[in-house]
Amino acid sequence: MTMDWYWKSASEISAAVRSGVVSASDITEAQLRRIDEVDGRIDAYTQRWDDTARAMAAKVDKKASRGEALGPLAGVPVGLKELLCTRVGKTTCASKMLEHFRSPYDATVVKRLEAADAVFLGKVNMDEFAMGSSTENSAIKVTRNPWNLKCVPGGSSGGSAAAVSAGECAISLGSDTGGSIRQPACLCGCVGIKPTYGRVSRYGLVAFASSLDQIGPLTRTVEDAALTLNVICGRDEMDATSADLPVPDFTGALTGDVRGLRIGLPKEYFTEALSEPMRERIEQAVDAYRANGAEIVEVSLPCSEYAIAVYYIICTAEASANLARFDGVRYGFRHPEAKTMQDMYVMSKSAAFGPEVRRRIMLGTYVLSSGYYDAYYLKAQKVRALIKKDFDAAFEKCDVIAGPTSPTASFEFGAKSDNPLEMYLSDIYTISVNLATLPGISIPCGLTDAGLPVGMQLMARPFEEELLLKTAHFYEQNRGFDMGRPPIA
Amino acid sequence: MSKTAVSTWAAPRLPEESVMKYEAVIGMEVHVEINSKSKVFCACPTDFHAPPNTNVCPICLGMPGALPVLNRDMVDKSVAVGLALNCKISRWSKMDRKNYFYPDLAKNYQISQYDLPLCHGGSIEIEVDGETRRIGITRAHMEEDTARNTHTLGGGQSGIDFNRSGVPLLEIVTEPDIRSAAEAYAYLTALKQILQYLDVSDCNMEEGSLRAEANISIRPEGRAEFGVKTEVKNVASFSGVQKAIDYEIARQEKVLREGGVIVQETRGWDADRGITVSQRLKESAHDYRYFPEPDLPPIVVDESWENRIREGLPELPAPRKKRLESQYGLSAYDAHVITLSKPVADYYEAVVAAGADPKKASNWLMVELQALLSAAKLEIQACKIGPEALAALLKLIDTGLISGKIAKEVLVEMFDSGLPPDTIVRDKGLSQISDTGAIEAAVKQVIDASPEQVAQFKAGKDKVFGYFVGQVMKATRGKGNPQLINDILRRELEG
Repeated sequence: MTMDWYWKSASEISAAVRSGVVSASDITEAQLRRIDEVDGRIDAYTQRWDDTARAMAAKVDKKASRGEALGPLAGVPVGLKELLCTRVGKTTCASKMLEHFRSPYDATVVKRLEAADAVFLGKVNMDEFAMGSSTENSAIKVTRNPWNLKCVPGGSSGGSAAAVSAGECAISLGSDTGGSIRQPACLCGCVGIKPTYGRVSRYGLVAFASSLDQIGPLTRTVEDAALTLNVICGRDEMDATSADLPVPDFTGALTGDVRGLRIGLPKEYFTEALSEPMRERIEQAVDAYRANGAEIVEVSLPCSEYAIAVYYIICTAEASANLARFDGVRYGFRHPEAKTMQDMYVMSKSAAFGPEVRRRIMLGTYVLSSGYYDAYYLKAQKVRALIKKDFDAAFEKCDVIAGPTSPTASFEFGAKSDNPLEMYLSDIYTISVNLATLPGISIPCGLTDAGLPVGMQLMARPFEEELLLKTAHFYEQNRGFDMGRPPIA
Repeated sequence: MSKTAVSTWAAPRLPEESVMKYEAVIGMEVHVEINSKSKVFCACPTDFHAPPNTNVCPICLGMPGALPVLNRDMVDKSVAVGLALNCKISRWSKMDRKNYFYPDLAKNYQISQYDLPLCHGGSIEIEVDGETRRIGITRAHMEEDTARNTHTLGGGQSGIDFNRSGVPLLEIVTEPDIRSAAEAYAYLTALKQILQYLDVSDCNMEEGSLRAEANISIRPEGRAEFGVKTEVKNVASFSGVQKAIDYEIARQEKVLREGGVIVQETRGWDADRGITVSQRLKESAHDYRYFPEPDLPPIVVDESWENRIREGLPELPAPRKKRLESQYGLSAYDAHVITLSKPVADYYEAVVAAGADPKKASNWLMVELQALLSAAKLEIQACKIGPEALAALLKLIDTGLISGKIAKEVLVEMFDSGLPPDTIVRDKGLSQISDTGAIEAAVKQVIDASPEQVAQFKAGKDKVFGYFVGQVMKATRGKGNPQLINDILRRELEG
């Protein structure tokens, strides 16, 4: 009996392992063979942990054989973004700076996944220190989009999205500072959710912009996203910004219909900046909601046009401090020719950080400098508050906001990498959600004529992930077509 | 009519250089290590005397992905200091990142407080030469300590010990209200006294748990504007601070009198040479690029939190000094000395509570016991003589069992052995001879052996009386009751 276990959802795999239909080891072997088969073309994995994966699976199977209860992610194969700290393997952040870095501890999410009996297959590619929208900024390798190998997987969690989309793992964890989960999920045709800021502990997530970063899952189904959130959400004493709120059963929320649900469409999101195929698919998706009894209302987010400017001030400011610790003193790259302290700093950083990381450190240092702080950083914080107010007002009129995840579908390698500003526009629809600390999800809603996935973004009030998932799940179950699988399948 | 007012202002004539008197303007910045059990943002112990890099974790090492969590005890203790310094406590404050690169700074930013310190707008009273002055406290804010760099002699290799990284620090900043080195010394003494009363720091300047920096400028007396200031660092003792300030005032005065200008800079105190040395010009000073620490939520100290700390405050040195004066009739000086240290004041009150006369207790504590402690370089907490034992010793004097002179010997025995006074007196046979018969016998013996002196006394030479007292004391080996000896001698010689 040969079953394509690697295409099964996490909930199917977990149910099968827990009921003894299949062993975690069999799942793992099937998954490793799948990676052998396709990853040479995708290059999603930066580290393969075959031995670790087998050992974790064997542990789950041993637990099962002793009759012990298995966790909710029993035997589920997981890929981890390169910036999640793990004692196993390296934590490189896809940077030459941390090429050989081994973390002395596990991130809280990693511990929680392990406690839920998940199996780690290894680490997946990303833009260096999560700075980018195409994974082209990785210092390790180029990851390709399973739907078209000439195209980018999006970013920064491009490896996570590509791996899930190509059946190289059931779940992968990504991180989202301005769209880094949702945009690659959109470009690779999978589900990606950025929870509310504070929902998931950031302890062990190598920080890019601390007030915006949030960990979340990329999956092939909404149910799997809910299942993963059940495991990774909740207060962590190690993260002072993690919310002390009860964690509902997110999978239990995936019931009912959308009758009477008010879905808001921000008029600022449907302008000429949005490419035609994206607009069409999103409108079809909205029609599906309307046809099922949802009330569609127009809302306005007038400060949207400032979101990118605000974002690139705040995130670079925070990044300039967060990345200061990579100085070659205690760990990471130290330039072998540096003779003085000053040289050690300048030469190590210049040699080991890529151009985008260096650009953002310099931008952030500039906006915090004496004489510029008020004009840039302080003003950006004020506009950030206004953006949040926009959402508060919009959520008076609706329960969920719907719109595009990305202005375009995936694009070819090199198409935007020479023009940082154009690349920054990839996140024009996702950034506001981070600035307003809301939860947001991207779900596939069709393909362009060129056969590239299109994603719809849904947003909800803070800590209303249940409603968000329920709304996304309803569409997924009722969209009336099959997304199919990428040609690489 | 002229439309523009003609300026009649003229520069005030400066006094002749030779007679111009200068006034010093000094502000102090003191960093105090708060004695919380764990570091300010992680659970590591604060004992940085452990072997290098043993009290460390991913957080205080600044490892990737690690996050700070603010230690609540640090906030409690900082609020207590703020209240004791008459500060207002911010209902809402926050932590900020202070960015600069240095190998002893794990994250290359220090988590500190910038524009919204936890405590602000306080004051402290100091006394110099009998005059009381009020020194304004600008602010007290929380931050983390850095690691410690050590270098091989002659250079070549450097090591970093991160045990100190993340140790809680409170920085206390005064207004430029201090006018002399003596006042700076008095301020530090008063501050240390308060911190020790609160039991929030051991305030050991040699070990770096209290670090003081002085901002010093001078200006012609009577002028309102400040002069250019220098910042003096690297001072390892209170008396060092006093010397460094005196030196710096004199140096600045000399520069100005010779027609030079003061450069704004940081100067280090070289204790061996007794001079300050330029370390860094302010022009090349850092732009710290402060911004709010996104990893930590705001610190909200509500009224009930503040009240809980206020109610837990011990009696502070100034009110305690006043109480000792009124309650026990002590002189201002005695009360001052006793309240300098809380353990000493606690000890004193325990001696009195055990039944000792307040005045005598004060004398014995401050003179006799203090001498022994100083000689042995011991703090009163480590003294083997408990307050009850000292009270018991004083009781032995009161009841006439031993003389004051003998009591001093007993005290030394108690200090060395820790035995109670009555045991020592009994074992060594030191009790005073108050047996009239025994003393009469000794007196007779002395009179019989000293016919010459008896004759002199009878001839009116009263001074010889002292000779007889001494001889009788000698005969009783110092244990004779002095009053009794006196009475019997007078009776025998005059009768």
